[in-house]
Amino acid sequence: MSTEKYKIGEKILMKGNEALAEGAVRAGCRFFSGYPITPQNEIPEYLAWRLFEVGGSFIQAESEVSAINMLYGSAACGTRAMTSSSSCGISLKQEGISYSAAAELPIFYVNVIRGGPGLGNISPSQCDYWQATRGGGHGDYRVIVLAPNCVNEMGNFPKLAYELAEKYRNPAMILADGVLGQMMEPMKYDFEWVDLKQLPPKDYVLTGCANRDRRVINTLHLDVNVLERLNWHLYKKYKEIEANEVRFEERYTEDAEIIIVAFGTSARVAVDAIMKGRQEGLKIGLIRPITLWPFPKEIVTKYAKKTGKLLVVEMNTGQMVEDVLMFSNGQAELYFYGSPGGAVPTGVDVLAAVKTALKKKAKIGEVCCLNDI
Amino acid sequence: MRYCPGCGHGIVHRLVAEVIDEMGLREKTVAVVPVGCAVFLDEYFDCDAIQAAHGRAPAVATGLKRSCPGTTIFTYQGDGDLAAIGTAETVHAAARGENFTIIFINNAIYGMTGGQQAPTTMPGQKTTTNPYGRDPKVAGYPIRVCEMLATLDGPTYIERVSVHNVTNVLKAKRAIKKAFKIQNDGLGFSLVEVVSPCPTGWNLTPLKACEYMEKTMIPYYPLGVYKDTTQPKTDISDSTKVLDKESVGK
Repeated sequence: MSTEKYKIGEKILMKGNEALAEGAVRAGCRFFSGYPITPQNEIPEYLAWRLFEVGGSFIQAESEVSAINMLYGSAACGTRAMTSSSSCGISLKQEGISYSAAAELPIFYVNVIRGGPGLGNISPSQCDYWQATRGGGHGDYRVIVLAPNCVNEMGNFPKLAYELAEKYRNPAMILADGVLGQMMEPMKYDFEWVDLKQLPPKDYVLTGCANRDRRVINTLHLDVNVLERLNWHLYKKYKEIEANEVRFEERYTEDAEIIIVAFGTSARVAVDAIMKGRQEGLKIGLIRPITLWPFPKEIVTKYAKKTGKLLVVEMNTGQMVEDVLMFSNGQAELYFYGSPGGAVPTGVDVLAAVKTALKKKAKIGEVCCLNDI
Repeated sequence: MRYCPGCGHGIVHRLVAEVIDEMGLREKTVAVVPVGCAVFLDEYFDCDAIQAAHGRAPAVATGLKRSCPGTTIFTYQGDGDLAAIGTAETVHAAARGENFTIIFINNAIYGMTGGQQAPTTMPGQKTTTNPYGRDPKVAGYPIRVCEMLATLDGPTYIERVSVHNVTNVLKAKRAIKKAFKIQNDGLGFSLVEVVSPCPTGWNLTPLKACEYMEKTMIPYYPLGVYKDTTQPKTDISDSTKVLDKESVGK
């Protein structure tokens, strides 16, 4: 049976979606169920043959709703399972994600965002930030959200997602977009092929009750005290995740007079703007949240105070900017530049926004939108 | 048990549990618990269990069985769960020939939520959402699940039974045992539909409920084997024969 396909550190030219799919298998994924939707189709297409090679299961489900519930079943018997979809498909999966959060099943899913709301379009977007970082479905829960900004992170983040999901017994997701899914870049896997036999045993899996007491995975708690205990238990878990799992990247922040806060593709564009701006003598920095939840609030608070000027760049009309507003603690002018139609902004666009922001004096405590609308 | 007097769930629970024990399957069984009156099923079965969202039991069962093929998986679903909100999951699990067993309780009503119209509610039957009786012109016609699924190539075994008298209870147990045996032998998808009384939801005494089943429901939902690919083709109903793989093109 074929297993490891690429050596650790081997340089491969790969498409983002395929790098992610191979990375998931490398990280131990042995079950996939999903439903076709652009721009993530390369993920199921890749896994349809790759999982077959490694002795896993692939199912093209009848709907996203069914796919996520298959994941719920697969994760319940301890398998590293995954699904992927895009925006409107992720909306349909929210039922199973909520149930998995309630049942504390470590499912892993991917949203390669397309334009919205509604059917939107198939162009890159970041319009699902709110949906991802607020849980997404019904009830008081959170999911761990990883936001890659290059093909290399698309391929390497599935392992981190599984590890975090299993460490906290909570759903974890990768929030990408059409650019990251479709573009090709050099890819290097930074982790060894995961030997599933070496993973610690899970004490909740349902495989039949031979030689042990029976187990039940249940999300119905009619007793108000029981449900309250569950919700406070989840709350404590989320506080622990917030304390331990924040990840971000900062660049050129030390001397910065303005800092761009951006994730994913927007952060790539922001770096282009920063390089161009620095050639002109503009001191621009970058904070790139890698975990969108838990949100890197402390670094935002720190530079809000230190720099006094933040520009949030997103491919939407302003979602993460509300978190930045909350954690800038009324200590920075806050500007926003958005592109909500599917067109990716250019470095030139973002640099122009930076220059406008540098000239302005926005009212503290409000978001100043720089788009010419 | 949290079931009303005269309810069929208790009987069917016992039949399923007896079959599991008689076949020695308890230690490898995972029950997929539905939403509906049987949502507490895990309290009555001494085996592993997972509670599924409304209608999604066949999807959850698919994930379990594909990931852990050595287990015995059964779902236990009511008519609203299986034939309304979960129609897609049911039809496609059947079409894929997933190797698990569905026990389908058809009592023509939503019991847990207080007696609303089910996809199997009889024409003219009064429910809390058909206060004047189900009018097919407004509320559509009942769905015959066995007949519908028997048109598919995927399922191995589909039978409709009833629990309105002792003879039929015994027949029901034989059908349930056969379904589990088919799964155990790796032969594919099996579904047993059990026509079952809901005296509370029907506003009838337990005795009258059994009469209602015999006189009204069973003529609409005829009992019998609708598909059985483990038997010679002659045993299969006409509709199945037409669509049988080997018959097509002959």
